[in-house]
Amino acid sequence: MVGLDSHPEEWARYTPRQRMQRFLIYLFCIAAIVWSLTSINVIWEWVYDAPEQMGDLFSRMVPPDTRNLGTILWVLVETVNIATLATGLAVIVSLPVAYIAAQNTTPNALTLWLGRFILVSSRSVNTIIWALLFVAIFGPGIIAGILAIMFRSIGFIGKLLGEAIEEIDRRPVEALEATGASRFKVILYAIVPQVMPVFWAVSILRWDINLRESTVLGLVGAGGIGLILQSAIDTFNWQEAATVLLAILALVVLGEIVAMALRRRII
Amino acid sequence: MLKISKLVKRYGKGDPVLKDLDLEVHSESIVAIIGASGAGKSTLLRCINRLVEPTSGTIELNGIDLTALRGRELRAARRRIGMIFQSFNLVDRLTVMENVQSGRLGYIPLWRAVARRYPKEDIRKAYELMERVGIAHYANKRADALSGGERQRVGVVRALMQNPEILLADEPTASLDPKTSAQIMELLRSLSRELSLPVLINIHNVAEAKAYSDRIVGMRYGRIIFDAEPAALDQRAMDEIYAGIPAEERGEAGDAAALQVQPA
Amino acid sequence: MSPTPDTWRRPPMISNPWLRYGLVVAVILYVVWAFSTLPIDWQRMSEGVTRAQRIFSGAFPPSFERSNLLISGFLESIRIAILATVGGVFLSIPIAFMAAKNLSPLPIYLLGRGIIIVARSFHPVIVAIIFVKAVGFGPLAGVLTLIVYSVGFVAKMLAERIEEIDWGQVEAMRAVGAGYLSTVFYGVFPQIMPRQIGLSIYQLDSNLRASAVVGIVGAGGIGSTLANAFGRYDYDFALAITLVIVGAILLSEAISGQIRKRIW
Repeated sequence: MVGLDSHPEEWARYTPRQRMQRFLIYLFCIAAIVWSLTSINVIWEWVYDAPEQMGDLFSRMVPPDTRNLGTILWVLVETVNIATLATGLAVIVSLPVAYIAAQNTTPNALTLWLGRFILVSSRSVNTIIWALLFVAIFGPGIIAGILAIMFRSIGFIGKLLGEAIEEIDRRPVEALEATGASRFKVILYAIVPQVMPVFWAVSILRWDINLRESTVLGLVGAGGIGLILQSAIDTFNWQEAATVLLAILALVVLGEIVAMALRRRII
Repeated sequence: MLKISKLVKRYGKGDPVLKDLDLEVHSESIVAIIGASGAGKSTLLRCINRLVEPTSGTIELNGIDLTALRGRELRAARRRIGMIFQSFNLVDRLTVMENVQSGRLGYIPLWRAVARRYPKEDIRKAYELMERVGIAHYANKRADALSGGERQRVGVVRALMQNPEILLADEPTASLDPKTSAQIMELLRSLSRELSLPVLINIHNVAEAKAYSDRIVGMRYGRIIFDAEPAALDQRAMDEIYAGIPAEERGEAGDAAALQVQPA
Repeated sequence: MSPTPDTWRRPPMISNPWLRYGLVVAVILYVVWAFSTLPIDWQRMSEGVTRAQRIFSGAFPPSFERSNLLISGFLESIRIAILATVGGVFLSIPIAFMAAKNLSPLPIYLLGRGIIIVARSFHPVIVAIIFVKAVGFGPLAGVLTLIVYSVGFVAKMLAERIEEIDWGQVEAMRAVGAGYLSTVFYGVFPQIMPRQIGLSIYQLDSNLRASAVVGIVGAGGIGSTLANAFGRYDYDFALAITLVIVGAILLSEAISGQIRKRIW
């Protein structure tokens, strides 16, 4: 047992400096939480009451009322149409935007910044805020919904597509430039085939997201199933609201399955 | 005939990569350009079809000064210069036929390129050339499904589809195993004879250069310091071209001719 | 030997012609039909242009006059995001354990997955209007909504991470006779903690974004301020709010990206 007592008897995982850092981070997190808890404008009795309220609400939803199922399903189809048309249009518009927003294909610095400006402004404004704007301009309805989803999707698709263009293999491009092909034909033969897989993957992913987003457009008056949900809730018709919620759940789950199948087939 | 005079290429403000280079290539000969990496071989080749912009000097191909051309005229001139690359530079996700036909992109109208409706004579020519190099049965395969040697054959056919007046090959065998690379060199030599086409080959492997070329050009630091028939390339000339370069990087290893006779 | 072919067609993606053309026709019919069901009111659309003009001229320049309203709305959004992240992340840990195939018996696994699917499928705005009805307007509904939203994402990712853990470490804990909880704390937690911290920071960022949106249907925060401004046609104030939201989102995206880069 020689030398055993020369070993330290205390063991610590971190050096004092690391411990200090960790302590400060914990302190900051706890301070943020305490600040949020104490200053948030909440009546705490309501919080204790919340589980009961929720239980009460759900009990009023059963059994779901399916008398309006025909209308609900029809509007659900309309919702799918909004998502699909808007995704399709967004894909078409985002192609040139991605082209000018990618460093290696953009014609000049001005177009590069224009492209990036379009992408950032489209991406940072939420679909619902776009919908508020378009409802104010074109009035309530599907058109406002399609435009809202389209405007939000352009940034999403354009950004990912632009990054894919920036990551392509330069060598085939060089080879086709060497054959004397025009700029457009080089893009068509050397760049387009390389970004095709990303293009499909991104379009399918965005369609899946848009399906979800299109279910809430109606809450700000921009068409789709949300409109029925809103009116059912406003009239305290919870049994019909339950049917609508189940329909939305089925739609979204189905959409995810379709998207997964498409991805597997195409890519 | 290709005539390069006083060619200078300088990247940024540094030392020029090509210094007052003069070179003439006459028809139907295979010219191998050898030299250590960084000697300017690749830059020289890319200056000829203006993938790299020369700083000064002139490059004449059959009487036309290539350095003065812009836009449409430049593209028309590039059609007449076929190029083969070290890493083949095929479009992986397109079929072999589409890759081959991309050599005709400078000639065909846009709608044919978009719809893949290539002219009949182009398709016949493509099949003939693919048959000639032994890849006709791959026409409908995707380029990434082929082996290295087959991919380089596609690259060769793509260049020949251009009806070129000269062929440039930038290290065409550097990514291939010795056996395949000997086959590709053999192919380039016989095609040069059949089509009476001058071929300019950058090559790392001196043994291959000696075995397959009609003339060897040795480059060092942007200048041509050796220019004679292969037989004249003796040890003294080699030492001059590769002075200060470790033996294993001189490209003397992997002797292609020796490999063919020696049993494994 | 047969003559060289002079036609070529790109091999189609779907080889069965009936299926191929059937799909093309189906897609065209769908698009035509879908567009035809749109109730396009051209008169209303053309009025839209003048309305857009009015909105934009009303919006410029953005008005920061009621900046204290803006700041208090924004602080409320931050509080909602923080509390929802804490609640959501804590709640997502047991749910993730339930939904991990390698740790849970089948019925519990299915229950866990079910919770995640339901939480993920409903857009936060839908969850928000239900909570607003149940617990009233204000930030409480916002916090509850974003807890559900966080569970949908964090629990899903965490469950996937748990399914990938190194099983050897768990067996080592069992081998020394540790009980279920100590196995989880010493065998599983250390492996999933880095991911969980990264996910929490990411989720804080997305909760901040989402809190701006759920406010529009009455769940508190800057979104409520925005919806009010829009409802009262205060377009200059609405633009100011939107600009602040965009700025905050860009900022928080950058910060959370930086932190996650350091942790991983």
